[in-house]
Amino acid sequence: MNLEFGLMLGGYGVGAVGALLMPGGRAGRGIAAFGMVWGGAAGLALSLQVLLGGAAFTLEVPTLLSIADGLAFRLDALGAFFLGLVGLLAIPCGVYGFEYVGAYEGRYSLRLLGAMLNMFLLTMSLVPCADNVLTFLLMWEGMSLTSYFLVLTEADEPDTIAAAGWYLAMTHVGLALALAGFLILAANATTTAFGDLRTAAASLTPAMRNTVFLLALAGFGSKAGIVPLHVWLPRAHPAAPSHVSALMSGVMIKLGVYGLLRIGLDLLGGGPAWWGALLIGLGALSAVVGVLYALMENDLKRLLAYSSVENIGLVFIGLGAGFLFLGLDATAAALVAFAAALYHALNHAAFKSLLFLGAGSVLHATRTRDMNRLGGLIRGLPWTAAFFLVGALAIAGLPPLNGFVSEWLLFQSLLPGIESRAPMVAPLMTLAVSVLALTAGLAAAGFVKAFGITFLAIPRSPAAECAHEAPVSMRVGMGILAVACAVFGLAAVAIMPALAAALAGSARLPVPVPGFGSGVSLSMPSGFARMSPTLVALGLILITGAAWLVVRLFASRWPVRVSATWGCGRVVQTPRMEYTSTAFAEPLRRVFAELYRPTQDLSIDFHPESRYFVQSIEYRSEIVPWFERYLYAPLVTRVRRWSIWVRALQSGSAHAYLTYLVIALLGLLTLLIVRPG
Amino acid sequence: MGYVLEVAQAALALALAPGLAGLIRWLKARLQNRRGAPVWQPYWELAKLFQKEVVVSSNASWLFRAAPFIVFASTTAVTFLVPILAVPLPFDGLGDLLVVVYLLLLSTFFLSLGGLDPGSPFGGMGASREMTVAALAEPTVALAIFALALAAGSTNLGQIVARTMADPGAFLSPGHLLAFGALFIVTLAETGRLPIDNPATHLELTMIHEAMVLEYSGRYLALIEWAAAVKLFIFFALLGNLFIPWGVSVVLTPTTVAVAVASLLVKLVVLAAVVAVLETRIAKLRLFRVPELLSVSFVLALLAVTSSFLLK
Repeated sequence: MNLEFGLMLGGYGVGAVGALLMPGGRAGRGIAAFGMVWGGAAGLALSLQVLLGGAAFTLEVPTLLSIADGLAFRLDALGAFFLGLVGLLAIPCGVYGFEYVGAYEGRYSLRLLGAMLNMFLLTMSLVPCADNVLTFLLMWEGMSLTSYFLVLTEADEPDTIAAAGWYLAMTHVGLALALAGFLILAANATTTAFGDLRTAAASLTPAMRNTVFLLALAGFGSKAGIVPLHVWLPRAHPAAPSHVSALMSGVMIKLGVYGLLRIGLDLLGGGPAWWGALLIGLGALSAVVGVLYALMENDLKRLLAYSSVENIGLVFIGLGAGFLFLGLDATAAALVAFAAALYHALNHAAFKSLLFLGAGSVLHATRTRDMNRLGGLIRGLPWTAAFFLVGALAIAGLPPLNGFVSEWLLFQSLLPGIESRAPMVAPLMTLAVSVLALTAGLAAAGFVKAFGITFLAIPRSPAAECAHEAPVSMRVGMGILAVACAVFGLAAVAIMPALAAALAGSARLPVPVPGFGSGVSLSMPSGFARMSPTLVALGLILITGAAWLVVRLFASRWPVRVSATWGCGRVVQTPRMEYTSTAFAEPLRRVFAELYRPTQDLSIDFHPESRYFVQSIEYRSEIVPWFERYLYAPLVTRVRRWSIWVRALQSGSAHAYLTYLVIALLGLLTLLIVRPG
Repeated sequence: MGYVLEVAQAALALALAPGLAGLIRWLKARLQNRRGAPVWQPYWELAKLFQKEVVVSSNASWLFRAAPFIVFASTTAVTFLVPILAVPLPFDGLGDLLVVVYLLLLSTFFLSLGGLDPGSPFGGMGASREMTVAALAEPTVALAIFALALAAGSTNLGQIVARTMADPGAFLSPGHLLAFGALFIVTLAETGRLPIDNPATHLELTMIHEAMVLEYSGRYLALIEWAAAVKLFIFFALLGNLFIPWGVSVVLTPTTVAVAVASLLVKLVVLAAVVAVLETRIAKLRLFRVPELLSVSFVLALLAVTSSFLLK
C-alpha cells in the first residue's frame, strides 16, 4: 500500500474516530481539525505524486465485498486532479473549522459533526480513486449521506430539514440515474472494473452510448447543480455550517464534473458533437440562471450558492466545447477546452470556499446572513473584509487574480471554433461567448453588492455594529485560500500544462501536451493570443505605487479632514437612508423583469387622525422561482398522488413482505429461464 | 526604442486625455451658441483639485481612500496595452483586448465600492446604476472583440491592427462595420456620455457617474476625474486605431511616429466632434430605457460575429 494513501486514510480515520471518542470541547474540535488537515495534506501529496510523476497508483482488495469484484482503487491523473482539489480545501477548512464550531458547543453535537466531516472528506477523496463500479458507488453514496447529515447539523434552524430533504431526494435520483448508466455500460463487460468497461464501451451501439451519456449527465449533473437539477443547491449549501458549505460548493459539486468526465471522456471516449452542444446549452442556461438569481438574493450564503450554479455552468461550457471539438476531431482544441474547464473548476474551488468561509465569519460575528441587516463590517472585521474582497475580485473575473485567468482561457478555448466548417459551431460559439461575458458583468455587479453592502457603509443593525473579528484559526483558513487565489492566477503558465497533461491520452486527446507559453507569459497553443497575469499584476502594483508617490510629493499637504457624509441638507444620517441589497439590485430587477416577474406588495398603515402621517409601511417584493413553481411543484404533487397507490403495498405486515420477496424471486428466476445467458 | 515608445504613448494618453474631455465640452458649447470654457479648462480643474483640501466621510474606510489609486492605476495600465501610436508594441504580449476590457471593469468595480463606502444614498444609487450599465455593456464588448478576433485570428491588439492594415478591404467588411457600431454605443455607455449619462450635471436624480463620486474631493477626485478622461481617450483610441488603423506606425522612424501622432490627433478630433454633435442633438434617455439601447448594440455585435463566421 502506498504511504500517502495510507496516511490519508489514517488521517481522516483518526479525525473521525477521535472526534467520536474524545470528550467535547477543545480536544474534540482539535482532533477533528487535525484529522482533516493531516488527511488533506496526505491526499494532496498523493495527488501531486501522480500528477507530476505520471504513474498511476493502484490498490485492489478483491476479497472485501467480493460479490461485485471487491474494492478496487486506481488513481490516474484525471482522478488525481480531483483528489488534489479535496486535499487542497480540506486543509484550510479544517483549520477554519477548529474555532468556527466553537460557537456550536452545547447547541449541536460536535462529535457527530467532527466524525461526519472527516468521513465526508474521506469518501470524497476515495470517489476519484475508485476503479470499479461498486467502489465508486459506495464512496459516492457515502459522500452523499455524510453531507446530508452535515447539512442537518443546525436542525433547529427553520428550513434546514426541508433543505436536507430536497438534497436527499435529488442526490438519490441522481444516484439511480448514474447507476443505470453504469449498468448499461457493464452489460457487455466481463467485470465492472473501469478498465473492462472502457474496452466494452467500444462494442456498444451508438444508441446505447448516447443513453449512457445522457444518464450520466442527468445523474452527475444533479450533483454538480446544473439547471434545472440545481434546486437543492441554493437550499442545502447555505443550511450547512460554513466550512461544510465551502467544501460542498468547492469540491463536492466538482465531483459531478468528475463523474461526467470519467464516463463521457474516459470510459466512452467522447461521442458525437451534439453531446458538446448539449453541454454548452445546459452550461449557458445554468450560468445565466445562476447569476441572475444570485443578484436578487439578500441572503449572503444563498447568493454564494447561486453563484456556484453560475460557475458550474461556466465549467460545463468549457466541457461542452471540449466534447464538441472532440466530436469534430479537433483534438488539440478539445484538450485546451477541457483543461480550461478544469482550471476554472480549480479556481472556483479556491475563491468560492474563501467566500463561504468569509460569509461564515460574518455569520459567526453577527449571527445573520441577511445583507440588509449587515454593513460596515470592514471596521469590525478588517481581515475577513480583506479576504472576502480578494475572493470577490477573483470570482468577478478581474485581473490579475485566478478567476480572470480561467475565464480568459475559457474564452480563448472557444476561438478555434472558427476553423470548423460544421454548421452548429457558429451559433454555439456565439452563445457561449455572450454568456461568458454577460455572466462576468453580472457577477461583477453581484459581488460589488455582496461586498459593498455587507462590509462597507454604516451598519444596518446593532449586531453588525458591534461585530468582532474572527478568531485566529478562522483567519488562517481564509488566508490560505486568499493566497491560493493569487497563486493560481499568477502561476497559470505552470498550472495549465499540468492540467492538460492530466487529460492527455484519455479518449483521442493528443498526448504530447502543447506549450502554454514560457516564463511569465501565458499563450494559447493555437497562437491566438498571449497575456501575462504576472506582469499585469506587477504593472498594476508599480503604477499604483507611482501614482501614490507622485500624489504624495506634489499634491497639497493639507491633512485629510474627516466629516459627515454630505446629505443634501438632512440633519442626521441613519442606516435607513443607505442603499440596501434589494435597492442595489433594483435596476437589474427591472431590466430582467420578464424573467423575474417581481410581485410587489405595499401596505401603508396611516395615522387615524390624518392621512399625511404614516404609522408604518410594509413593502414586500418577491420574484418568481420558475423551476420550483413550474417544474418541481407539479412533479411533487404527482409523486404524492402516486405514492397513495404505493402505500397500499406497505401494510406493515411481515407476511406480506415475505410474499413480495417470493414473488420478486420467482419473477427473476422466470426471467433467467426465458432469457438464458 | 519600443519601450521608449510605450512610455511615450502612455504619457501622451495621460497628457491629452483631459484636453480631449475639454475639447468635447468646448465643441458642445459652440454648437449650442455658447462661448464655452477653453479647451484646457480640465487641466486647471485637475491642478486646482490636487491643491485642495480633502474631506473624507466619517463612515468611510480605507477602501474609500485606496479606490482612487486603483482606479487610476488600472486605467493607466491599459494605456500601455492599446495601440495608440505604433504596432506591435513590446507590451503587446502582456495583455490582449480581453485584458483591456477586464482592467477597465476592475476600475469600475473599485469606483462602485468607493461610491458605496460613505453610506450616502447618492453613492449607492450611482454604484448600482454604474454596475448595471457595465454588466449590460460587457457582452457587447466581448462579442465585438470576438468578431474582430475571428477575423484577425487573434485577440492581441497588435495583430488585429496589422491584419486590417494588410487587408484594407476588411475595413468595409460587414463584420467590421457592425462591430464598430456596437463598440461606439458601448463607448458612450462606458464613458458616461449622453444619452446614457449626462457628464455636465452634478445634481440630477438620473446621474450615474457623478452620483458615485459625489463624496470624493481634492486629490482623490482629481485622480478619478483624470482616470475617467483617460478611459474616454482609450475608447476613442480603440475606435480610431482598431477600425481605421491607417497612420499607426509600423516601422519606427521619426517620420512614421510623427505621422502616427498627427493621425491620432485627427481621429480624436473627429470622434470628439461626432460625440459633441450627438450630445447636442439627442436628449438623455430615461434610465430604464438604457438597456434597450444597449441591447441594440448587443444585436449589432451579434450580427458582426455571425458575419465573421459566414464570410470566413
